[in-house]
Amino acid sequence: MAEVLVLVEAANGSLKKSTLELLTAARTLGEPSAVVIGAPGTAAALKDKLAEYGAAKVYVAESEEIDAYLVAPKAEVLAQIAKDAEPAAILVASNAENKEVAARTAFKLDSGFLADAVEITAEGSAKQSIFGGAVTVTSRVAKGVPVISLRANSVSAAPAPGTAEEVSVPVSLSEGAKAAKLLERVEEAKGSRPSLQDASVIVSGGRGVGSAENFSVVENVADSIGAAVGASRAATDAGWVPHQMQVGQTGVTVSPQLYIALGISGAIQHRAGMQTSKTIVAVNKDPEAPIFELADFGVVGDLFTVAPQLAEEVAKRKG
Amino acid sequence: MNIVVLMKQVPDTYAERKLNPADNTLDRDASDAVINEIDEYAIEEGLLLKEAHGGEVTILTMGPDRATESLRKALSMGADKAVHVVDDALHGSCAITTAKVLAKALATIEYDLVIAGSEATDSRLSVVPALLAEALGVPQLSGARKVQVEGSTVTIERSTDTGYDRVEGATPAVISVVEKINEPRYPSFKGIMAAKSKPVQSLSLADLGMSPDEVGLGASTTTVESFQEAPPRSAGTIVKDEGNGGVAIAEFLASKKLI
Ligand SMILES: Cc1cc2nc3c(=O)[nH]c(=O)nc-3n(C[C@H](O)[C@H](O)[C@H](O)COP(=O)(O)OP(=O)(O)OC[C@H]3O[C@@H](n4cnc5c(N)ncnc54)[C@H](O)[C@@H]3O)c2cc1C
Repeated sequence: MAEVLVLVEAANGSLKKSTLELLTAARTLGEPSAVVIGAPGTAAALKDKLAEYGAAKVYVAESEEIDAYLVAPKAEVLAQIAKDAEPAAILVASNAENKEVAARTAFKLDSGFLADAVEITAEGSAKQSIFGGAVTVTSRVAKGVPVISLRANSVSAAPAPGTAEEVSVPVSLSEGAKAAKLLERVEEAKGSRPSLQDASVIVSGGRGVGSAENFSVVENVADSIGAAVGASRAATDAGWVPHQMQVGQTGVTVSPQLYIALGISGAIQHRAGMQTSKTIVAVNKDPEAPIFELADFGVVGDLFTVAPQLAEEVAKRKG
Repeated sequence: MNIVVLMKQVPDTYAERKLNPADNTLDRDASDAVINEIDEYAIEEGLLLKEAHGGEVTILTMGPDRATESLRKALSMGADKAVHVVDDALHGSCAITTAKVLAKALATIEYDLVIAGSEATDSRLSVVPALLAEALGVPQLSGARKVQVEGSTVTIERSTDTGYDRVEGATPAVISVVEKINEPRYPSFKGIMAAKSKPVQSLSLADLGMSPDEVGLGASTTTVESFQEAPPRSAGTIVKDEGNGGVAIAEFLASKKLI
């Protein structure tokens, strides 16, 4: 069976949920091979879980140099592995950095890149949702190895045993791959909640929340459901929450099972980032707010009474 | 410090956007065309760097004839000149081809920095700056919320999921900016008048030494096989809060097995 390369992502020593989704999606195309590109020692902690989700092989490309430079090293190593393995496809999870890695890999392989797939077919085509969800296109790569980024939550991860045979890949980066040097990585957002990119439920607050202190209303709803917290640009611009939490055209694009918008009007730039959510719930005191056009369920009312009641009710039902 | 700012003309996001059923490409005539929003921030950053370090700002675009309207607007903001790669054969070019064409066009311009917006509102790929860095073999400094230039060293703050990365590279380099970086200026009346006489150079594929079969739909590395309008979201239930709005949401979520 043809190999399908999956670019592995991990945080704090455990695989990201999106990697498990990729391994699951890869099985519709062939046999998944996990590709771990990172600092020495990264792969060891991940191998069991990769095997559990069907990785037949684990390519291990480890070097201190990988994380010392931006994007280019990963693209170089991924392309190098692909040239030898001649896979049926290369899959990465859709996020800003991976899309850049994937595009540069496709450039090197003289193939093509399909971004933000919401479904990958057995023939290697990708379904993409464009124009803020108004149109669905089916695309394929015209020549060479298809490189595809898959949006989080597009498939549900399912285990299937694999042998996870380790293939070690020597890393020797070209000078070109070392052009953009990472000087420092600064963490701003607090990390106890699920990350926006991966979350299956997101609760977002907008200008209607009114202040940084009031954001606890949004956070309480999120914590009651185990959701990630997002925000509109109005809220991030005001400095109530870090800009990493911005959902929308210039923030994160998300596609969770459930998106709850509190005090968000639904501007086109916000919608561009959340319109493909499976279920959308909105609370807004303005019955004319455009967010209600998208909402599967909407409450016209004051978020400061509706949201706490919701958090309390969810907690009660959990018992 | 000579700066080239990449600009893309896109359909207005506020208008309805369509694909053309004849060849599954974006119907660029179906709606009003505007400067891609984030590119205005790229233009502004170019102008700010020019004000601080001297040099010239050139706007570079690849697009149909009507993109000249957007070039004039960019010039009226204060850019010095513009280069317009325009050729019927370019229609339907993919991101990789676009990067190759832009790289060829850049070979005709003297530059220290290329600045782009992080994403176009039509394709939403966010990969042309990275591809251009790859094609040119120069540092990729993308996703910048802050740019600092000292001599030939460029340092950016790159927005990440959890904070930011400080990334450094030497000129010439490709930068892409996010909208947090600045507040784009409005063209002044004087700027608008001055823009009318600023040079706009048109380059055809032949001028770039490229042949039509290297570009366009035929050479695209990706193909749209088909498209469907997504079924409109079925109208949701909207209720007025009569004191039990929160409970009503919880009931809805439970009925959908979401809690
Ligand atoms: C280049 C560019 C990029 C952008 N990118 C993004 C992006 O990525 N993401 C993004 O979100 N925006 C983006 N924007 C901004 C966007 O245009 C809107 O300005 C923004 O989304 C508005 O945020 P909001 O809905 O929170 O605020 P508003 O539009 O002001 O809406 C606030 C809403 O809260 C409601 N409200 C107020 N008080 C209460 C209450 N007590 N209870 C219930 N409801 C209440 C109001 O009725 C109103 O509908 C971008 C803009 C530009 C120009």
